Amino acid sequence: MLLDKSVATFGRYLMLMGRTFSRPERMRMFFKQYIKEMSQQGVDSIGIVLLISFFIGAVICIQIKLNIESPWMPKFVTGYTTREIMLLEFSSSIMCLILAGKVGSNIASEIGTMRVTQQIDALEIMGVNSANYLILPKVLGMMTMMPVLVCFSIFSGFIGAYATAVVGHIITVDDLTLGLQHEFNEWYVWMGFIKSIFFAFVITSVSAFYGYTVEGGSVEVGKASTDSVVSSSVLILFSDVLLTQLLS
Amino acid sequence: MIEVKSLYKSFEDKDVLKDINCVFENGKTNLIIGQSGSGKTVLMKCIVGLFRPTSGEVLYDGRDLVTMNKQEWKMLRREMGMLFQSAALFDSMTVLENVMFPLDMFSRDNYADRVRRAQFCLDRVNLLEAQNKFPDEISGGMQKRAAIARAIALNPKYLFCDEPNSGLDPKTSLVIDDLIHDITVEFDMTTIINTHDMNSVMGIGENILYIYEGHKEWQGNKDQIMNSTNERLNSFIFASDLFRKVKEANK
Repeated sequence: MLLDKSVATFGRYLMLMGRTFSRPERMRMFFKQYIKEMSQQGVDSIGIVLLISFFIGAVICIQIKLNIESPWMPKFVTGYTTREIMLLEFSSSIMCLILAGKVGSNIASEIGTMRVTQQIDALEIMGVNSANYLILPKVLGMMTMMPVLVCFSIFSGFIGAYATAVVGHIITVDDLTLGLQHEFNEWYVWMGFIKSIFFAFVITSVSAFYGYTVEGGSVEVGKASTDSVVSSSVLILFSDVLLTQLLS
Repeated sequence: MIEVKSLYKSFEDKDVLKDINCVFENGKTNLIIGQSGSGKTVLMKCIVGLFRPTSGEVLYDGRDLVTMNKQEWKMLRREMGMLFQSAALFDSMTVLENVMFPLDMFSRDNYADRVRRAQFCLDRVNLLEAQNKFPDEISGGMQKRAAIARAIALNPKYLFCDEPNSGLDPKTSLVIDDLIHDITVEFDMTTIINTHDMNSVMGIGENILYIYEGHKEWQGNKDQIMNSTNERLNSFIFASDLFRKVKEANK
């Protein structure tokens, strides 16, 4: 029974994606929406990304310094570990989990409200492919902006780590810099970008699916919003394991 | 002209519409009336293509909606305008942007011409002064008028209105009714209105279709309704004291 329901839901998701990824009716309208979504989903998320990454970068640096470093460990290990955690997991995966909450619920409730107030019916009656018009700009906008957010997250995390050195004197700036530069592997940055682009697709398409298929009223919109965050978070965690194995 | 022939619609085991046959003429305000749950909204949704009929034909000037291919269906939709019960204006856009939306999507005109056309439609519904306001900044009646302006922006041949007076006071309802009627005559459209409002029935009902438990019970105009001997229709129309007294006074 549960399997049947899951397969049916996945089938409906694929059908919606089929309608979403078709040629836009009017490119001018598509680009207008695309720019708007990049601003709404991406630019508006920069603040929270900078804030969280700054503190997480600082906390990682303090924790590593206090718990891992010992006289037998080289002094650069704190900076080195902070960099690897930020590049490999935090800025690409954990940041996407956080954004699944912010962006995902926003998309599901926006599209869900449009559904229950008949705005989507109005688009359909006009002859507009509502899935393409509403969902495609959100998906592509977020996929475009996500690597930018990852960059902001990485640098904000590093600034957080430097803050512990400059303000807290937990570590010297030279040791931290040495660690951050030690055996830098450029591929880790690309890996973070690839993962984040995939996660951006998951967050936006899954949330849009939940919003688009809402039936009922405000209670159902709220439920769709919650379900979208839960589903996209679980999918991010599963696919993180697969992608990490695949890309490492 | 829209013709409905032998239309049936079922949901699982339940037959919601049974053998509906009717003609909706152009230049006239055609009303679908009936009690809640009688199937009038399902009929409207079958006519506009939001539901696929179980069997039967829906002919738009001879073109069958049910057997149309995707391209023909797409072209037909551009000849339709619809006013929803909740107005369904896009709340992230201003009133002017709402009216311009179908033009932006489908018109080849330049920006200035599109603005001019949208302003003409807003002027037609006396809403030009609210063009820069957002839907939540205007009243329910103004939202309905903005939705009418959006529905006529592409100069449609067919206009559908789903309970246009719901949530409006009687005076504003009359304004909306008159506006829909005037626009229908002026642009020679085929207009179908799904309504509960007896004032609309008596005011602008040029062709009235009464649906009872999924089948066509009665069809006629507002003058014929006063003298109808159909018991089910009479019990629906003259349910209120006011209309009963009007009928008695007419006798």
